[in-house]
Amino acid sequence: MGADTTSLLLKIEGLHKCFGKNVVLDGACLDVPRGSLVTVLGRSGAGKSVLLKCLADVVQPDSGSIFFDGKPLTAGDAAARADFRRRCSFLFQSNALFDSLTALENVELPLEQTTAVPDKEIRERSLEALRQLELDAYKDHYPSQLSGGMQKRLALARAIVTRPELVLFDEPTAGLDPLRRNAVFAMIAKYQRQFGFTALVVTHDLTEALLASDRVALLDKGRMCFEGTSDEFSASTSAVVGDFRDSAAALGRTLASIRRGEALQSEDS
Amino acid sequence: MLRAVGRYTLSIVHELGDFALFTGQSFRAAVGARRLWRRVVRAGFEQGVRCLPVILIVGMFTGLVLGLQGYYVLNRFGSEGLLGTLVSLSLIRELGPVLAALMLVGQAGSALAAELGMQRNTEQIAALETMGASSHAYLVTPRLLAALVVYPMQTALFVTIGLWGGSLSGSMLLGLEPGIYWSAVERAVEAPDVRECFTKAATFGLLTVALCAYHGFNAHLCSTATGARAVSASTTRAVVQSSIIVLAADYVITSFLV
Repeated sequence: MGADTTSLLLKIEGLHKCFGKNVVLDGACLDVPRGSLVTVLGRSGAGKSVLLKCLADVVQPDSGSIFFDGKPLTAGDAAARADFRRRCSFLFQSNALFDSLTALENVELPLEQTTAVPDKEIRERSLEALRQLELDAYKDHYPSQLSGGMQKRLALARAIVTRPELVLFDEPTAGLDPLRRNAVFAMIAKYQRQFGFTALVVTHDLTEALLASDRVALLDKGRMCFEGTSDEFSASTSAVVGDFRDSAAALGRTLASIRRGEALQSEDS
Repeated sequence: MLRAVGRYTLSIVHELGDFALFTGQSFRAAVGARRLWRRVVRAGFEQGVRCLPVILIVGMFTGLVLGLQGYYVLNRFGSEGLLGTLVSLSLIRELGPVLAALMLVGQAGSALAAELGMQRNTEQIAALETMGASSHAYLVTPRLLAALVVYPMQTALFVTIGLWGGSLSGSMLLGLEPGIYWSAVERAVEAPDVRECFTKAATFGLLTVALCAYHGFNAHLCSTATGARAVSASTTRAVVQSSIIVLAADYVITSFLV
């Protein structure tokens, strides 16, 4: 919506996915322009993570199309999938770091297992990625010896060491306090600009997403019910967008009515 | 009743087929795997060096007990001179491969199933796959290849220590001439016995490591539990089934080779 199709790195059309009778994605569509930071918002259980896992080939969609750099990614096309995996990285909500490997070994892993790059160059590139994410002093630490924020940065270092064009972030701020949430979004925005990759983030943290993203989409009941800039999102008159955007105000109204009810009860007694 | 039996039989057949595909896929992943030998060496260290103490201790006590029991039985017939024959053939043809495999299942097999189960639970395996790396080539193939070497080596060590244990109880504790014991060992052991020993050890290694890896790798598919309980359930299943398969395979190999 609004994006020039030639500048699109990723395009999703009519994605469907059911788990038994539970329809998780019901024709989801999304355009991701090259070099942008796009955030998919939605309530818990809206299908955001499944959407990302369909892209990463962890979950197979029932139907629909995904185009990467103009080429379709179909389940049977191993070459197209391999090309996509080479040019894309995935950041799990849990970070999915190898707990028996040190920070440096974790960053070396994708280069070691998927490329023919010589060992010396792997070491140099991995150290460089750790340096860029200010983790070089912790290269010999195991993930369990790092703080939550450092683990997130380590996962990002592992994701960018292969120099991907697209990085998928699955709920990068889940379970974090507001300060850490800000820090993680700032980190994503900073490195997205520094390294020039395209970022697709799924989250339900509205404020941070609106501030950091170039474009925002809202997924509701498996369908994309809004796509546009942060300003367009803030100005949208759609009821679904309004519900999501004004949830804090709705909470205020609910709490006020609860307090009014309590006051009436105390007056009656 | 008939339906339940049929369903259970079908589920076993399905699981056997799934296991065969898993093992085949793991061997196929060796083709084109990157930096495989480095992982094989590491897996060999885990299966071999870490299990060394238990192999040495159990091997020694097995030999000691065989020496004692064998001496008392043979003594009734005045054939104590055949103690070396009894201990060596029992250890080489049967007890060595079986007991060493069971010890390795208890130590390395359970650790492998639990580690892979945890890696599945914490999305480490999914992370490997999204990187475009083969999770089989990285996690399973090196362990299978290492088992083909480590299990026979551990078995040879078990047998050697067991023979010394038999000598210790027979000669030093019960007064049998060491020369008689060792010459009986030398006369009794022939090349086919050693071949049978190594064939069994390599087969047990392959089957048990594949089975433990299969259960750990598929811990998320456990129908009776989720999360940490699924890991513990799959580890238990891996150890129990591996122990059974060692004894079943032992019978099959023995009946073919004897």
